[in-house]
Amino acid sequence: MTLVTRFLATIGRFFIAALETLGRIAIFTVTSVLHCLQPPWFLRLIGRQMLSIGYYSLPVVGLTALFTGMVLALQIYSGSSRFNAEGAVATIVVIGITRELGPVLAGLMVAGRVGAAMAAELGTMQVTEQIDALSTLSTNPFKYLMAPRLIAGATMLPLLVLVADVIGVFGGYLVGIHKLGFNPATYLNNTVEFLEALDVISGLVKASVFGFLIALMGCYHGYHSRGGAQGVGAATTNAVVSASILILASDYLITEIFFAK
Amino acid sequence: MSPDSNPAAPKIKLENVHKAFGPKPVLAGLDLDIGRGESVVVIGGSGTGKSVMLKCVLGLLRPDQGDIAVDGEPVVGIGGTDRDRVLKKFGMLFQGAALFDSLSVWENVAFGLIQGEGMARDQAKGVALEKLAQVGLGPEVGELDPAELSGGMKKRVGLARAIATEPEIIFFDEPTTGLDPIMGDVINDLIVECVRELGATALSTTHDMASARKIADRVAMLYQGRIIWAGPVAEIDESANAHVDQFINGRAEGPIAMEVLKP
Repeated sequence: MTLVTRFLATIGRFFIAALETLGRIAIFTVTSVLHCLQPPWFLRLIGRQMLSIGYYSLPVVGLTALFTGMVLALQIYSGSSRFNAEGAVATIVVIGITRELGPVLAGLMVAGRVGAAMAAELGTMQVTEQIDALSTLSTNPFKYLMAPRLIAGATMLPLLVLVADVIGVFGGYLVGIHKLGFNPATYLNNTVEFLEALDVISGLVKASVFGFLIALMGCYHGYHSRGGAQGVGAATTNAVVSASILILASDYLITEIFFAK
Repeated sequence: MSPDSNPAAPKIKLENVHKAFGPKPVLAGLDLDIGRGESVVVIGGSGTGKSVMLKCVLGLLRPDQGDIAVDGEPVVGIGGTDRDRVLKKFGMLFQGAALFDSLSVWENVAFGLIQGEGMARDQAKGVALEKLAQVGLGPEVGELDPAELSGGMKKRVGLARAIATEPEIIFFDEPTTGLDPIMGDVINDLIVECVRELGATALSTTHDMASARKIADRVAMLYQGRIIWAGPVAEIDESANAHVDQFINGRAEGPIAMEVLKP
C-alpha cells in the first residue's frame, strides 16, 4: 500500500512541478510582452541587442545557409535525376530554403549563439543580485532587460533569414552551375519563376516567432537561474535546448497554418 | 492617501512576517519597527534570513504572511506605479555591491538618476563624480569598469550608487563582509557619514560586531526567524540574553547550536 501511494505521490509531485513551471513561463511571457508594448522603450539597449543578435550572427548564419544551399542542390539533383526531373532542382532549392531550412537553421544557430549568451548574462546578473539592484534603482528589469532582447529577437531574425535565403539560393546556384552543369540563365529563371511571395513570407513569419522564442527562453532561464556558477551553466543549457525544441515544434504549427491556405 | 500622514508612525514597520522557501521557514513571525532617522542593525548568523527580510521590504520577495508598512503605507503585494513610488524612497548597498558590469563606474552611480529620475546624462555624471568623491574615489575611477575595481572600491561605488538619488531610507546588506578590518572601518565611517548627511533612515544587516557597534543606534538580533532581542547599541553588552551574549562574543558553546556534526 505505501509503495502504491508513494508511487502515486511521485507522479503527482512531477505533475504539479510541471504545471508550476508552465505557469511561471506563462506569467513571464505575458509580463515581458506587456513591457515590450508599453513605453518607455530603451532605444539604446534595443539597438545594442539588435547589433548582437542581427549583425554579429551574420557570419555563422551566412555560412550555414551557404553550405545548406550547396548540399540541397546536390541531394535534390540525385533524387530528381531518378525520374528525369533534374529541371526542378532550382525551384526546389529556393522553396526548401525560403520556406523551411533558412528560418529553421538560422533559428537553431542563433539559439546556440545568442540564446546561450542571454541566459549566461542574465543568469550572472541574477546570482550577483544585479537584477535586484535594478529594481531598487527604480528600473523594472522586464523593461530594461527582457523587452529590448525580445524586441530585437523578433525583428532581427527575419532580416537575418532574408540574408540567409539569398545566400542559400546562391549556394545552390554555385553547385548547380559549376558541378551539375546547369545553364546560369535557366537556373536563375527556374529559381524566380515558380517562387511565390508566400514562400518567403511564411519563412519570415517563422523567423520572427523563432527570434521571439530564442530571446524568451534565454531571458526566462537566465532570470530564474539560482545558485552560482552551476546554476548559470544549467540555465545556459536549458535556454538552448528549450529554444531549439520550441523552434522545431512551432515550425510545424506555423507550417500547418500556412499549408492550409 | 498621503504617505506622510502620520509622522509619529515608524518609517518601516514589519509585523508578524513569515517567509518560507519550500519546507524551510526562514522568517517566522518577525516584528521590527524602524523609527524615522534611526539606524537599526540586524545581527544574526549566516543564513538566518537577514537578506530575506530586506528583500521582503523592497518587494523583491513576497512574504507568505504578515504586514510591512513604509511610512504607514502597506507595501506587501503592491505593484505598478505604487511600487515604483515606494521604491524611489529606497537606496540599497548589496552584499557583493551588485554593480552592473556592462556599465562604467560613473554610469553605475548615475543609474538611478538617469533611469529613475530622468536626469540628463551630463548633469547626472556631475552628480555621480560628486558622490564618488564623497566616498573617497577620484574622477578617474568613474571611467573604469567595475571588473577593474578591488573589493573595497566596489563597496564604495555601491555606496555612492545607493546614496546618489538621496533616498529617505538606505539598506546596507553586510556592508563589511569580505573586506579587511581597516577597509571595513572605512566603509563603516562612510556609512555613518552618509546617513547623517542625508538624514536618512538606515537598516543594515551584519554579523560583524565591530561594524554593528559603529553604525547602529539600535541593534536587533534575528534568530530562528524572529527578533529575539532589540535595544540601544549601548545596552548590547547587558542584554541578559544568552543568545545575544553568545553571538556578540563569538562563542561556539551556548544556546545557539550550529548544525555541525561532531565526529
